[in-house]
Amino acid sequence: MLELKNVHKTFNAGTVNEKKALNGLNLVLEDGDFVTVIGGNGAGKSTMLNAVAGVWPVDQGQILIDGQDVTKLSEHKRAAWLGRVFQDPMTGTAATMGIDENMALALRRGAHRGLRVGIKKEERENYRQLLKRLDLGLEDRISSKVGLLSGGQRQAVTLLMATLKKPKLLLLDEHTAALDPKTAHKVLTLSDEIVRENNLTTLMITHNMKDAIRYGNRLIMMWEGRIIYDVRGEEKSKLKVSDLLAKFEQVSGDEFANDRMMLS
Amino acid sequence: MPNIEHLIGALPSAAAQGLIWGIMAIGVYITYRVLDVADLTVDGTLCTGGATFIMMMLAGYNTWFCLLAAFIAGMLAGLATGLFHTFMGIPAILASILTQLGLYSVNLKIMGKANQAINVDRFPLLVSLRYIKDVPFYRNTILVVFLFIVAIIGILYWFFGTELGCSMRATGCNQQMARAQGINTKVCIVLGLMVSNGLVGLSGALLAQYQGFADVQMGRGAIVIGLAAVIIGEALLGKICQNFAYKLATVAAGSIIYYIVLQVVIWLKVDTDLLKLLTALLVAVFLAIPYWKQQYFNRVGGKKGGK
Repeated sequence: MLELKNVHKTFNAGTVNEKKALNGLNLVLEDGDFVTVIGGNGAGKSTMLNAVAGVWPVDQGQILIDGQDVTKLSEHKRAAWLGRVFQDPMTGTAATMGIDENMALALRRGAHRGLRVGIKKEERENYRQLLKRLDLGLEDRISSKVGLLSGGQRQAVTLLMATLKKPKLLLLDEHTAALDPKTAHKVLTLSDEIVRENNLTTLMITHNMKDAIRYGNRLIMMWEGRIIYDVRGEEKSKLKVSDLLAKFEQVSGDEFANDRMMLS
Repeated sequence: MPNIEHLIGALPSAAAQGLIWGIMAIGVYITYRVLDVADLTVDGTLCTGGATFIMMMLAGYNTWFCLLAAFIAGMLAGLATGLFHTFMGIPAILASILTQLGLYSVNLKIMGKANQAINVDRFPLLVSLRYIKDVPFYRNTILVVFLFIVAIIGILYWFFGTELGCSMRATGCNQQMARAQGINTKVCIVLGLMVSNGLVGLSGALLAQYQGFADVQMGRGAIVIGLAAVIIGEALLGKICQNFAYKLATVAAGSIIYYIVLQVVIWLKVDTDLLKLLTALLVAVFLAIPYWKQQYFNRVGGKKGGK
């Protein structure tokens, strides 16, 4: 479903701030893989997702989505295959537009946008049903501006938008990190449900190692722009946080305690 | 105290001018509020529209065709700014300043000189300062321009409700989100600049008819007048007008109010040399109000910085 072949990306090349963010990254995702991604700060987790999404061109390597080479495609073109939820709840939605309008934009992802009406009447009923499931009371204020919602609500709406038109690949970039623990849990549970119901191929970055173990069928650990640990299925479900810590220390010779990685 | 009748007598022409500039202000609203771009192209585009219109009228073309040409000329100016910005990566405000500067030459070349007059008696003009009083009501400039504004608001209301229009609004609000939803933000910005400047060109064509000439200086400070109209409209009527069509109407209303206030200032025998300074200060203060409000409320809330 997704294939990254020897992807390199260096920021600020040739300056004192030079940062090799991706360093020969290779990854193949099977159809339906739900992969959790962990790694310290600067390991290249978000950079990998941004490379897939096409936020900027990569320096070297190839990116294939669903067998198609998208390496040269711009961000908005790749969006046809992708659903994305960002770390900052403000990023995924248009604050000055209604919940329904935001969802209508998401429904048309990958489609030609012409002079047809931007949101049809029957769509609204559909959105109402979907919002009802969030159990946040949003179904009664479907035309409210998204800017009026809380961070958790916005993130839940973004998640619905990302999966409204079933994406080939869902990219979740630490999408619960900015939420309070209770809301984070709710959004995460919802993500898991939606991914499993639709059998979505998913990359989910998290700083929480317990979550990384609990969710998904596969776990990858990144370090210095590469994947240093890749575990799936049975073996993954038996993992413990202490195993991950040991693995990380073995590879990096570093202490996780220095890092932002959460242990609980 | 000056004679109040003089003021009342001047009000209809102030209203007519306000309405004509209101079309330009609606164009400014599209870039400034919908696209979130400060587009200074308009200072040049206003004259481009007026000049194109006058020269084509003088060449004997149909009035409506000339208006269309002015609209298209404006769109081309917007296209230039849009390409400077998206294709060449120049910050929007600087891109628009470049176009504005370039348009000065373009406008001179269109007209062949700095000023071109047109005689309302010899050409079938739609509006004129002579058509304010003593004409059948359907020829009255105020009514004609009012109908223009109603039509423009109607079309824009429809347009910004379409898929394309919604993408443009999303682009103006959050480009990152727009791209993630598959919207080509560059195209949206260029299109928005074109629509906006097209309207400014149209406004310039009406203004040139109204005053009976096009002048290479006629657009100087237009952006500030446009911003003044947007801000006055929002400040006075923003609370009650949430619907997009009403918001556009408040912009036009803001423009009329601006011209009436201007008329009052003139009537009070304030030195007219100071008008631009007063306008600039007025706009500065209105622009500062939201900032001050935020500062003040943050302090009352006792919140510290945050991000």
